[in-house]
Amino acid sequence: MTEIFGVPTQALFGQLLIGLINGSFYALLSLGLAVIFGLLNIINFTHGAQYMMGAFLAYILANKAGLGYWWSLALVPLLVGAFGIAIERSMLKPLYKLDHLYGLLLTFGLALVIQGLFRNEYGTSGLPYAMPAELAGGRNLGFMFLPNYRAWVIVASLAICLGTWFVIEKTKLGSYLRAATENPALVQAFGINVPRMITLTYGFGVALAALAGVMAAPIYQVSPQMGADLIIVVFAVVVIGGMGSIMGSILTGFGLGVIEGLTKVFYPEASNTVIFVIMAIVLMIKPAGLFGAQK
Amino acid sequence: MVEAAALLAVEGLNAWYGESHILHSVKFDVKAGEVVTLLGRNGAGKTTTLKSVMGMVDRRAGSVAYLGKQLTGLSSYRIARLGIALCPEERGIFSSLNVEENLLLPPQVAPGGLSIERIYELFPNLKERLKSQGTKLSGGEQQMLAIGRILRTGAKLLLLDEPTEGLAPVIVQQIGRTIARLKAEGFTILLVEQNFRFAATVADRHYVMEHGRVVDMIPNAQLDASMGKLHEYLGV
Repeated sequence: MTEIFGVPTQALFGQLLIGLINGSFYALLSLGLAVIFGLLNIINFTHGAQYMMGAFLAYILANKAGLGYWWSLALVPLLVGAFGIAIERSMLKPLYKLDHLYGLLLTFGLALVIQGLFRNEYGTSGLPYAMPAELAGGRNLGFMFLPNYRAWVIVASLAICLGTWFVIEKTKLGSYLRAATENPALVQAFGINVPRMITLTYGFGVALAALAGVMAAPIYQVSPQMGADLIIVVFAVVVIGGMGSIMGSILTGFGLGVIEGLTKVFYPEASNTVIFVIMAIVLMIKPAGLFGAQK
Repeated sequence: MVEAAALLAVEGLNAWYGESHILHSVKFDVKAGEVVTLLGRNGAGKTTTLKSVMGMVDRRAGSVAYLGKQLTGLSSYRIARLGIALCPEERGIFSSLNVEENLLLPPQVAPGGLSIERIYELFPNLKERLKSQGTKLSGGEQQMLAIGRILRTGAKLLLLDEPTEGLAPVIVQQIGRTIARLKAEGFTILLVEQNFRFAATVADRHYVMEHGRVVDMIPNAQLDASMGKLHEYLGV
């Protein structure tokens, strides 16, 4: 068996793949957080719960309505996004003039409520969600076995992340968004309906979380706790990448997933903490994050 | 001679930032095609007056009528869509947008704005820096960008807040010529200035503000005769 640095290549590439998969979800979730924070100045602690809602809604659609994975992929982000819009209209909007802390507290409380409701209904044990038949199986790449579904998650997540980046950085709509992030009052005075843009942006960020939830359902088990576990790491990713930087969150998301995976190979004891160690170091050296601008 | 109807008529305008009552029953008007200035010392309420017209203060009361339509109940994006555009004092160039994106940012609210070629003709510097970050421009170029971008939109009433502040004399002259050309093209301009010597070269009438009130109106033709009064108002 071939080895690299004394590690079998099978194990190395296997962990690298897991790292990329985790990184895909880190990137999708931190991207949504970054977009929301940029425009709303709210640290959306409900993000993990909204990701969990995405996975559960896919599970419910499959079991109650007989709608499969692809239907869920299209419908769930819209449904959870609409739920996000309702939250923004009714609860977040009055908080914009207050300190960040209020938004954080509200969204944190909401996350607990949503998780509690799902735990009440579905218990704490993970529920299985079947992989779409089209993506069952895998292929042998020679040096490793690549399950099709995992390849799909990585490719889809990359495409969504880069698509979002493109829209924000290279289009007219994105220039409104960037300008409103800097000076919403002036953008509004140019004739742009900024409050509506804020609502839709929150809805979009939430829809991204839900989409990640649907994609995660066949890989991780569907459980009320799945978002809370993941979101802690995602917040560390966001802190490392720098709040509000779009490309920063994408690169850090994938990068840290890979680093975490490699740590599992070379020093498994540290694999659960490596991201937080990196976060501490980045905070000491560059408090605004690797890609963040000092505000 | 029958006096032309005012394009913008402000009466009994009060405005607040939080608990601070800034404007007290402000009254003035601007007729179509005029260049009118608001003169006054720092803190007299000139910028707040522009922002109140534009709907950018916390609270306002009284009457602001544009083409006979009340603006006081409208949010600022609706006011902009009626054809009023603001060039703010701090210029408001977006650092995350390049020059071209800054220039094209304000959406068109009415037909009849200047074409992009005309804007480049007015401000040739901008054309050479289209891909630069907006805030990398010099102060004068940023001011040109801030003015240029509101000329495209079709807005007929331009609110310019101290466009000459902190700029070199040669740039101030260029901005003065630009304002004259815009007036000739039929734009109506409400200009906030501290520099009344500059204001005298471009404006038809001057309103003097003190402590959040309009205390005087001086037609430009009588400016020389009113010098003594003006010095007292402005403390220069």
